[in-house]
Amino acid sequence: MPPIISVTNLSKTYGSGFQALRNVNLEIRRGEIFALLGPNGAGKTTLISAICGIVRPSAGTISADGHDIVRDFRAARAKIGLVPQELTTDAFETVWATVNFSRGLFGRAPNPAYIKATLKTLSLWDKKDSRIMTLSGGMKRRVLIAKALSHEPQILFLDEPSAGVDVELRQDMWRLVRTLRDSGVTIILTTHYIEEAEEMADRVGVISRGEIILVEEKAELMRKLGRKQLTLQLQAPLERLPPALDAYRLELARQGSELVYTYDTQGERTGITALLRDLAAAGIRFKDLQTSQSSLEDIFVGLLRERA
Amino acid sequence: MNVHAVRAIYGFEMARTRRTLLQSVVAPVISTSLYFVVFGAAIGSRISNVEGVPYGAFIVPGLVMLSLLTQSIANASFGIYFPRFSGTIYEILSAPISPFEIVLGYVGAAATKSIALGAIILLTASLFVPLRIEHPGWMALFLVLTAATFSLFGFIIGLWADGFEKLQLVPLLVVTPLTFLGGSFYSVDMLPPAWQTVALFNPVLYLVSGFRWSFFGQADVSVGASLGMTLAFLGGCLALVTWMFRTGYRLKS
Repeated sequence: MPPIISVTNLSKTYGSGFQALRNVNLEIRRGEIFALLGPNGAGKTTLISAICGIVRPSAGTISADGHDIVRDFRAARAKIGLVPQELTTDAFETVWATVNFSRGLFGRAPNPAYIKATLKTLSLWDKKDSRIMTLSGGMKRRVLIAKALSHEPQILFLDEPSAGVDVELRQDMWRLVRTLRDSGVTIILTTHYIEEAEEMADRVGVISRGEIILVEEKAELMRKLGRKQLTLQLQAPLERLPPALDAYRLELARQGSELVYTYDTQGERTGITALLRDLAAAGIRFKDLQTSQSSLEDIFVGLLRERA
Repeated sequence: MNVHAVRAIYGFEMARTRRTLLQSVVAPVISTSLYFVVFGAAIGSRISNVEGVPYGAFIVPGLVMLSLLTQSIANASFGIYFPRFSGTIYEILSAPISPFEIVLGYVGAAATKSIALGAIILLTASLFVPLRIEHPGWMALFLVLTAATFSLFGFIIGLWADGFEKLQLVPLLVVTPLTFLGGSFYSVDMLPPAWQTVALFNPVLYLVSGFRWSFFGQADVSVGASLGMTLAFLGGCLALVTWMFRTGYRLKS
């Protein structure tokens, strides 16, 4: 199945000379949730803006559902909905008016039933006649989502959707995103909240200094780059490890009361059985053990550190 | 053609007018009425007819033109500047809509408001002075062309401005003085010969003159020159706005 978004050799240099994107190549699969991770200033918003037609690329091509975003901009843009990072709304308009405005702007005939359903899904129906300036920040974020969904897009960009929203709204939003994905909408979200990507994404792309440095299935990424740690809580603290255990590269933690063993999840043998046998042979007893896996955040930080 | 989008922008702008009715309509009507009181009644009573037209009636086309120019510019410039200022322009830029359709929506709404306002001012004027319109077709043509041209000019100012101060700069420092000096309240023949020549370099003179001719059949310059000047200014504005969209000037980085 062809990708729903295809970015080829995309570069963007602003008038100031700042190169925000460097030869970006990226394909987004139909129906997936793709998380674009990167620190502030990495080029996430520029990339989204270029795809949506807000920023003019310096080089490269972009297509949305097979339509070139420059030559065939009408068909391409009609497929896309964008929820911007900033809470940019028409303060004096009512919720109902602004969402209907967006639908018309994207070339769709009025459909009050659809707008009503969208507002209800976003818990905005009882606010439909309220002016936007009277709404809370979280409500305004919902209005932006309603506007982006008003023309029934096939592709939805969420630029930092969790910026400045409370936990409840964040979880509501995650639920909504999953529902949209289940209905066939492709979702691309940028975030620097790793937990958001970890919670929702099917695939993850990492952008740093305008370059895509990695695109991978989230599960595969965590399997490849994720490390697991086995922590043993000792019955008696150790001052130092016996030389016979050197090969395991163990670490002593919590004043010698814990032993930490880091192993590769990809390896055929983890070495745990041998370690436990050698510990017993060395007379080291433990009262409890636990394993933990590195989070996407650990992986992300590690990747950026490697690039630095 | 994305008709729904043009209608959405047009409707949005007209809704803004309805929200600010006091500022958009009532204020210009009051200020025009004051002009009639001051120029028509107080000063006009001491001035004999100008080119055979009572002074109170003579200034009506100029007053309509003054409001038409200032309101067209103000409406259109604010209409496009405010989304840029608030950031909501992202939606316009990412929508499947061409530059022509964007201009049509914003400029169409601004021109509609100005024309409606011009009509209201004419009605208000008819309460103060007896009015006759010799060439109603030409009057309507000049009204529509001027409203469209200066709305387009206002749209350009709204794209160019990077602050509220600049938004006011051209209307206050250029357009209003040119309108006052463009024969709104007098015939160019009343000026000394040297100033009559200088006045011919004022483009607003041609607009006021053509518009006044449609009322009274008298003009400072020929109707052809008035129409030509209006169309030339319209063409210039169209060329400039085309360049702005083509280069993304102040819209796209």
